[in-house]
Amino acid sequence: MAGAAPLHEAALQRQHRREQWSILSLVVPAMIVIILIILIPLSWLFYLSFLGDDGGFSLENYHKMTQYKSYYRIFVTTFQVSILTTLACIALGYPLAFFLAQLPPKWAGIFMLAVLLPFWTSLLVRTYAWLVLLQKRGILNEFAVQIGLWETPIKLVHNMTGTLIGMAHIMLPFLVLPLYNAMRKIDGDLMHAAANLGASPVHAFWRVYFPLSLPGMVAGALIVFVLCLGFYVTPAVLGGGRVIMVSNHITAILENQFDWGAASALGVVLLVATTFTLYLAARFFRFDAVLFGRD
Amino acid sequence: MNIGRKFAAAAAAVFALGTAAAAEPITVVSWGGTYGQAQDNALFNDASKNTGIEIIRESGASMSKACLQVESGAVTWDLVVTGSGGAAAAAAKGCLEEIDYSVVDVSDFYPNTYTDHCVGSDVFATVMAWNTDKYGAPGSDGAPNYWADFFDVEKFPGTRAYRANNVDGALEPALMADGVAPEDVYDVLATREGKERAINKIRELKPHIAVFWESGAMQAQLMKDGEVDMTTGWNGRFDNAKKDGATVGYTFNQALLDYDCFAMPKGAPNKDTAMKFLAEVSKPEYQANLPFHITYGPTNRKAYEVTTAPDELIRALPSHPDNVPMMVPVSLDWYAEHRAEALEMYIELLSE
Repeated sequence: MAGAAPLHEAALQRQHRREQWSILSLVVPAMIVIILIILIPLSWLFYLSFLGDDGGFSLENYHKMTQYKSYYRIFVTTFQVSILTTLACIALGYPLAFFLAQLPPKWAGIFMLAVLLPFWTSLLVRTYAWLVLLQKRGILNEFAVQIGLWETPIKLVHNMTGTLIGMAHIMLPFLVLPLYNAMRKIDGDLMHAAANLGASPVHAFWRVYFPLSLPGMVAGALIVFVLCLGFYVTPAVLGGGRVIMVSNHITAILENQFDWGAASALGVVLLVATTFTLYLAARFFRFDAVLFGRD
Repeated sequence: MNIGRKFAAAAAAVFALGTAAAAEPITVVSWGGTYGQAQDNALFNDASKNTGIEIIRESGASMSKACLQVESGAVTWDLVVTGSGGAAAAAAKGCLEEIDYSVVDVSDFYPNTYTDHCVGSDVFATVMAWNTDKYGAPGSDGAPNYWADFFDVEKFPGTRAYRANNVDGALEPALMADGVAPEDVYDVLATREGKERAINKIRELKPHIAVFWESGAMQAQLMKDGEVDMTTGWNGRFDNAKKDGATVGYTFNQALLDYDCFAMPKGAPNKDTAMKFLAEVSKPEYQANLPFHITYGPTNRKAYEVTTAPDELIRALPSHPDNVPMMVPVSLDWYAEHRAEALEMYIELLSE
């Protein structure tokens, strides 16, 4: 723009404002959709949770949660399952994504299919498939007993173990996809440069590659964690009634007591707890950049 | 299905009267799987033919959905199948129409199989079932007999399954196992201490409970797969599992006698027509056909007189006069008053 007419402060500002307005008007349809399908039902949920049995304002739905230890335990279980599943996904997904990112794109695509294929299968089918594999007379136990790996069938399902296995499998693509994407963008020359400067491969990985892949990992881990918090089917089928997560209890309340207020209150507490956890995690791990787009 | 000639004549008369005002089709909602099919074959299809009332059949019956329809003022269901406890709870919430007993004839029904808001459709029992390879055939020497055996892991070593997510039929067995006489169970359960006593008994067994089941299908599957050695559950499911080759048997001793019923959401769009249809399917002629399709007993005593089902099938039904005295009728009054508290206490135990 060198050599153009002298800059007019006012004209620039006007143009800036016009740009902002046009961006805003582009956003309006999306905003309307968000308000209609997210904010209104959510407000309704809040409203219901503060309705008492007599239809007036009341805190009884929240008060009830303090009367029984089960509510506290259910929230602990929910977060425990979600955190452990996220960790399992990282442990399995990071090496997998790293491996995929090293392959030539053609081969990576084929291997990626192996990750994505289960992703396209119904969640319910995959969950029951794990039940068939893991149960007492399931394929895995029968096989292990036959070749003498262990003597009597061991309990792999209808407990926390089975739930975690099933959930980690279901959630894995959510971690691998953003992570793989981030790894693909890492410039290979950086690793060469590190080697050139005398870093061992391990050192170069931890000092150069890992920090660069971190945003992808954090993004994936967040998606996994938040999705896990609302899980219903997998703990219901693989948990054997012992792994009670918030969604499972919401179902129990609705099916047995038709108590929309109590169920809504559970939903509200979960939402608040999730938001608060994410806020804390954002501050602690400093991944504001990932969450809020700030650099 | 075969329906008595006398009845056919009566139906023809009703038909002639009823056609004057061509009624709207009514929506009848039941559960999926073999249960809904059994009702289609035994009750709905023939009743629809004989009365000229057209029906729209839906699956996924649930009292919470019915209540939601009522509360949101968008009722589309006319007749809904439900467990007796669910009906009582929904009635307490004001979600159900009162049954017009001048239209529906329950004079031959067993006592306690109908209420102001629901009419019994079939009688089932919550029983204990076990792997017969492991503990022997029902009635044989050394086989389990009473709830005390279910809770006795020294006498009957092995794994158990018990109810998840829902307290219906969960506390009564524990109390009986703890020595409470069947007729006193609901009196004891009416107190907080009584409920705690039952919960404590289940807590003792909990290390041996390998799975908590969520549905009837799961009860059958657990026994078919040999996942557990003994479980609680609904008798018809185990008969079906046995037909599929499972080595499973059960006893009616101390079983909980319960029933499913038809209820009508408040503000049902075709209330009067639905009431007539309900009156029709409650007749013994229809209920008599139910045992052919599922081993749940009729609520109408007369069905036993008109049925053509073979004797051994009839004797296996929970509402058969020989079996009823062995069992404990489920107390709907207790559930109406104590279910919420009992459920919270039970979930607390499960979450430990």
